[in-house]
Amino acid sequence: MTATLTRGAERIHAAFDRAKAAGRAAFIPFMTAGYPTAEAFPAVADALLEHADLLEVGIPYSDPLGDGPTIQRASEQALAGGTSTRRTLALVKELRARHDTPIVIMTYVNPIYAVGPREFMRLAADAGVDGLILPDLPPDQDIEIADLAAEYGLAVTFLIAPTSTPERVKLVAQACTGFLYAVSVTGVTGAREGAALGEVPAMLALAREHAQVPVAVGFGVKDAATARQVAQVADGVVVGSAFINAIREWRDVGALAVEIARGCQR
Amino acid sequence: MSLNLPSYPQPDGRGRYGRFGGRYVPETLIPALDELEQAYGAAKQDPEFLNELDRLFKEFVGRPSPLYLAQRLTDHAGGAKIYLKREDFNYTGAHKINNCLAQALLAKRMGKQRVIAETGAGQHGVASATAAALLGLDCIVYMGAEDIRRQVMNVFRMKLLGAEVREVTSGTSTLKDATNEAIRDWVTNVRDTFYILGSVVGPHPYPAMVRDFQSVIGEEVKVQLQALEGRSAPDAIVACVGGGSNAIGIFAPYAYLPEDQRPRLIGTEAAGEGVESGKHAASVAGGRIGVLHGSMMYLLNDDEGQIVPPHSISAGLDYPGIGPEHCHYSQTGVAEYVPVTDAQALEALQLLTRLEGIIPALESAHAVYHAVKLARELGPDGIIVVNLSGRGDKDVAEVMRLLEMERDEGLLDKDPERVIEGVLA
Repeated sequence: MTATLTRGAERIHAAFDRAKAAGRAAFIPFMTAGYPTAEAFPAVADALLEHADLLEVGIPYSDPLGDGPTIQRASEQALAGGTSTRRTLALVKELRARHDTPIVIMTYVNPIYAVGPREFMRLAADAGVDGLILPDLPPDQDIEIADLAAEYGLAVTFLIAPTSTPERVKLVAQACTGFLYAVSVTGVTGAREGAALGEVPAMLALAREHAQVPVAVGFGVKDAATARQVAQVADGVVVGSAFINAIREWRDVGALAVEIARGCQR
Repeated sequence: MSLNLPSYPQPDGRGRYGRFGGRYVPETLIPALDELEQAYGAAKQDPEFLNELDRLFKEFVGRPSPLYLAQRLTDHAGGAKIYLKREDFNYTGAHKINNCLAQALLAKRMGKQRVIAETGAGQHGVASATAAALLGLDCIVYMGAEDIRRQVMNVFRMKLLGAEVREVTSGTSTLKDATNEAIRDWVTNVRDTFYILGSVVGPHPYPAMVRDFQSVIGEEVKVQLQALEGRSAPDAIVACVGGGSNAIGIFAPYAYLPEDQRPRLIGTEAAGEGVESGKHAASVAGGRIGVLHGSMMYLLNDDEGQIVPPHSISAGLDYPGIGPEHCHYSQTGVAEYVPVTDAQALEALQLLTRLEGIIPALESAHAVYHAVKLARELGPDGIIVVNLSGRGDKDVAEVMRLLEMERDEGLLDKDPERVIEGVLA
């Protein structure tokens, strides 16, 4: 760990440490802000936060090119309901008043540029956000975003993929201050048939050589069984589309969270 | 060997044109972009690749395309000579084929059997399907449901050529969504798939590579104008810009000349129903700096960063952003970007058709409109070259619908003289 950890990074690392001490991988559910509606979102988030080690909240975006159809449709619905960047941060602020669990924001970079990087970081810090996950920002594209995030006490998370070369893994791992997000498959987000863990262990071994932060795995984790597989090799398990599917199908999100959280036990 | 791919001072080593451009994409794609950059760099120096591309340009596309003095248009405009660079002569009907053939040839060289493309009006899709058929590649084209409805014949052409057309129903069901879907496909199948990107947009090296392939347009103008007028540079060049590939193809060979040798470079943006109406596709005049499809550029997006759906009479200009090199030209004053409305483009389309017997694409009509205005401004000693990027066949059904609408409103009584009065008013 680096000497000057931001507030957000400290809180995120502590959450991973607590999970590890309890003999499990950190459970990191994802939910699109304002889904299924701005009114119903806080209850969904509460249900997830009850079992989460960290919560990932997505800013709904019109052109989420790293996401599959499930999250894209959730974004469209949330946007149609009036949830956007500032509203997302306001929703997080409400959650922060009730929960101490670290909350990280997943956002494409355009909303950050539109609000203005400094103003965005100020709003996020004020809302109690601990970190940012940036799916379309390779760390060597824009140093300013990471520097500004640090200035406002926020941690940043960048992604590696099965296609990443050793040089890229090193560069990305060293740039992360929150946790490192390893994408399990070559593709976009979404629950998949069959677990595709094939390339993950080798990727994680490489990542751990360079990362000073915990390593979480996401994309395609849909139930307790896939979570269990991932939990054997990763410090954290990210689950997104499965929860959005559950809401769409009127299933109990809390019950699914319990089930997947149990799957994170080692 | 007679084909050389140019080397320009931009972008910088990080794929930036000033602050524009870059690579804002999921990490999964970065190694593929590195691979592409390397493969393109090598191909650009390889006589075998250049010879083959040169042969295809000449024998398959029909290059060089003519540079034609539009005498009747010039006479009516009453000022500078107006030349048309006839990219509408190209096989498949537009400049798009230059880039598609070159990228498909590169795909083949890289050993990729599967190519994907996105298309709005269908011109890039047809050109991609054509190149794939010629070179024996599997081709999948992503197209918005709304555009599929508007461009039935182009969809059929692609299928006839053996391509699979995948309908996109997400977002606004138009070009930007088809592009998102193509990028998602690429992220998923990146190891064996080549993405034939249709304009000077997207992550580095695409804007530079597409520009280089389209630069053949401007390079030909230099030679042709020299033969016709004894000078290689006109006073002004006018080209329409959506993403901006035809414009960059005719601008770039002049853009890096010293200022005193450089013609005025003017891009016409689709102003739709007027920039102030909010219904337009004018990214420079009505957008702000943002990131879409992997690149920083002028972009139609609201104050929270959500992309604003563009509008244009021309499906080919209906894109919310504009290539990063154009953004840089605009910011540094190398080129000007002026808005031209739907109505003005429709007027120019009729004007060129009546005076010269050339039915231009609605895209190109935007450039024609501005050239007519500019001709008077420059006066009789001036020379203007308009990039006539494509022919209007694909648009005639839409034009018929629009003009019948106008006739109902009593507006369609324009003989050339009256049309030109309208244009110059």
